[in-house]
Amino acid sequence: MIDGLGAVQNILLVGGTSEIGLSIVDSIFEKHRGKHLVVTVKSNSDIERVQNEMGRRFNGVTVEVVVMNMLSSGSLAATTGNIFGKSQIDVVILAAGVLPPAELSFTNPQIAVDSSKINFLGPIEIGTEAIQQFRKQGHGRLVVISSVAGERPRKDNYVYGAAKAGLDAWAYGLADSVHGLPIRVLVVRPGMVRTKMSAGLPEAPFTCDPDVVGRAVLKRLNKGPALIWVPGKLRIVMSVLRHLPRFVFRRLSRGVNTQNTPLA
Amino acid sequence: MSVEVLGGWGGTPVCLTEIHEIKTQLPVDAQAKSQSIIARGLGRGYGDCAINGFGITANCQSINQFTMADGVLDAEAGASIDEILRVVVPRGYFIPVTPGTKFVTIGGAIAADVHGKNHHKDGSFGNFVIELDLLIADGTTHKIGPSINPKLFWATIGGMGLTGVILRAKIQLTPIETSKILSTNVICSNLEVLMDEMIRADEFARYSVAWVDTLAGGKHLGRSILSIGDHATEVDLNLRLRKTPLKYSSKQLITFPGIPINGLLNRFTVRVFNGLWFQKARLSKKKKTISLDSFFYPLDGIGNWNKMYGRDGFIQYQISIPDNSAHLIRLILEKFSEQRIPSFLSVLKRFGPQGDGMLSFPSKGWTLAVDIPAGVEGLGELLDELDEKVVEAGGRIYFAKDSRMNSRYVKEMYPLIDEFRDVKRTVDVHNVFQSNLSRRLGL
Repeated sequence: MIDGLGAVQNILLVGGTSEIGLSIVDSIFEKHRGKHLVVTVKSNSDIERVQNEMGRRFNGVTVEVVVMNMLSSGSLAATTGNIFGKSQIDVVILAAGVLPPAELSFTNPQIAVDSSKINFLGPIEIGTEAIQQFRKQGHGRLVVISSVAGERPRKDNYVYGAAKAGLDAWAYGLADSVHGLPIRVLVVRPGMVRTKMSAGLPEAPFTCDPDVVGRAVLKRLNKGPALIWVPGKLRIVMSVLRHLPRFVFRRLSRGVNTQNTPLA
Repeated sequence: MSVEVLGGWGGTPVCLTEIHEIKTQLPVDAQAKSQSIIARGLGRGYGDCAINGFGITANCQSINQFTMADGVLDAEAGASIDEILRVVVPRGYFIPVTPGTKFVTIGGAIAADVHGKNHHKDGSFGNFVIELDLLIADGTTHKIGPSINPKLFWATIGGMGLTGVILRAKIQLTPIETSKILSTNVICSNLEVLMDEMIRADEFARYSVAWVDTLAGGKHLGRSILSIGDHATEVDLNLRLRKTPLKYSSKQLITFPGIPINGLLNRFTVRVFNGLWFQKARLSKKKKTISLDSFFYPLDGIGNWNKMYGRDGFIQYQISIPDNSAHLIRLILEKFSEQRIPSFLSVLKRFGPQGDGMLSFPSKGWTLAVDIPAGVEGLGELLDELDEKVVEAGGRIYFAKDSRMNSRYVKEMYPLIDEFRDVKRTVDVHNVFQSNLSRRLGL
């Protein structure tokens, strides 16, 4: 239920181990009277561990852990529907994502496809169902974690970038389609964020911590532009980068990262 | 049926809801379809009491026929006080209890058990309901009253529409000799003076209300205009008015555009407005004969005034506090003044003894109502802090105004809630009647 001051009670976090996602939940529950949190995990074996972790992290909130494997497309919408069937969900955060080892994603078709399912197809399946559920319950907030990587593809992360570009375009159009309704879609475009996913990669300029993303989302949960750059300065940086001639941009991009970071 | 974005008078929160017209039956077989329903009148409830995001909002405005005989009004639930006054005042009657707007329906007035400036003398609206027709979840209609099925009746009075849909009611009207009010304004320089005056006025004044300047602080804290009045008798009128003592006309002076305008309300404009209001009171005659509308419904003269608060909307914080905790009024006004919350004149009133409605708001003591723009930074935390004190003092928040209180205070604020729930369970087994308010607070 969303109250007169825009406070929310129930959140569904898709990608229950996402540090960005969790920091968004942190920020919201710090300010609002949280009641219920549903987080999704990849497999049954994660349930207990995550349940314990969440219980510790979010005191006074009931936590439910649900299995949602982004690779099993077709079942994601149904699982989402079930979650809404049990309780109203005010905020859905689409934070599941994976940054595949660059080399592998460029050479191994299966990894290119699977990572795109996690980064693009899975979220839009869940997001599409969530919006239908929002219409039914009368209100809702969908937070979509995009990335600056989708803004202009780079030679070192174009598979990830392409999926995020697709997700971003989907969410951006969706945000306009629900304009004027008590439903809001937030497109969050963070730069590099210090998380497990980016660990081991050289730090890019304007790298920030997950809590910066959390606070930025909280601020825009109910009003303001639907597109959020984190940190805000990236909006200007990217509007310059977007228009650089290709030969300059190519040189600015880092070389291919050959470190074999495992599929998160 | 249509799906629309709907909110309360404060414009926040809003939700998408299915709107159905209601006549004599439920819009759908809600029990079979497990769909929820809440009745809605003119939408003057400030918060989320008459919206139902998860189901149907049943519009009652098209059932608005009424008749009057021997001072008893027999009205369909969608009839508004405005429509009723136009007919009954010229015939020498007035509505026994009226809220600060006449744009409320009879159904809404019963469901919120509204109070007026005469609560200390006459109690709340429910006291004047002789009987009513309630359409319950199984689709049947029941006549209930203080002596016919009293439990269901007193659960329905102030029950926020959660026992069923009120279709019709008989109301005892108040006879009047004229359509004028003999009113006296007392300008009070601070809260002490005001509260003393108000307690004194309990004895002799039929109607009393104070408009408080919430922005005034320090030694002017609680600066206010106390307005006291009673229905004028024929001898009170001058010769010109005496020719048509019951003449009643009511019109809106101006109407705000239907869309919210941002940035109109800020500390500066509110200060100017409040200042002008006081100046007007200082300059005008202290004792005068005024129309019913200017005494009871000053804000109704401005159509859509709620849009003034901009897109974020506003909330009304209305609390009641027992006499022995009157100091809380000071504390609350101090907080608002410190935080320089731009609030138009707030309202302080006296309450008489509590009525029999299980979830009725008024209880002996004081009530303070403050309009606050919803976008004010830190408002949630501030009000949460105040709520805690209100609960400790044995006070409560008015459901018809609320859109943000913490559900854990419900039991302390409304000790009869369990009794209410028992009654609701017997007539609404499948919990068909729900609103955003009822789900938010678990009523």
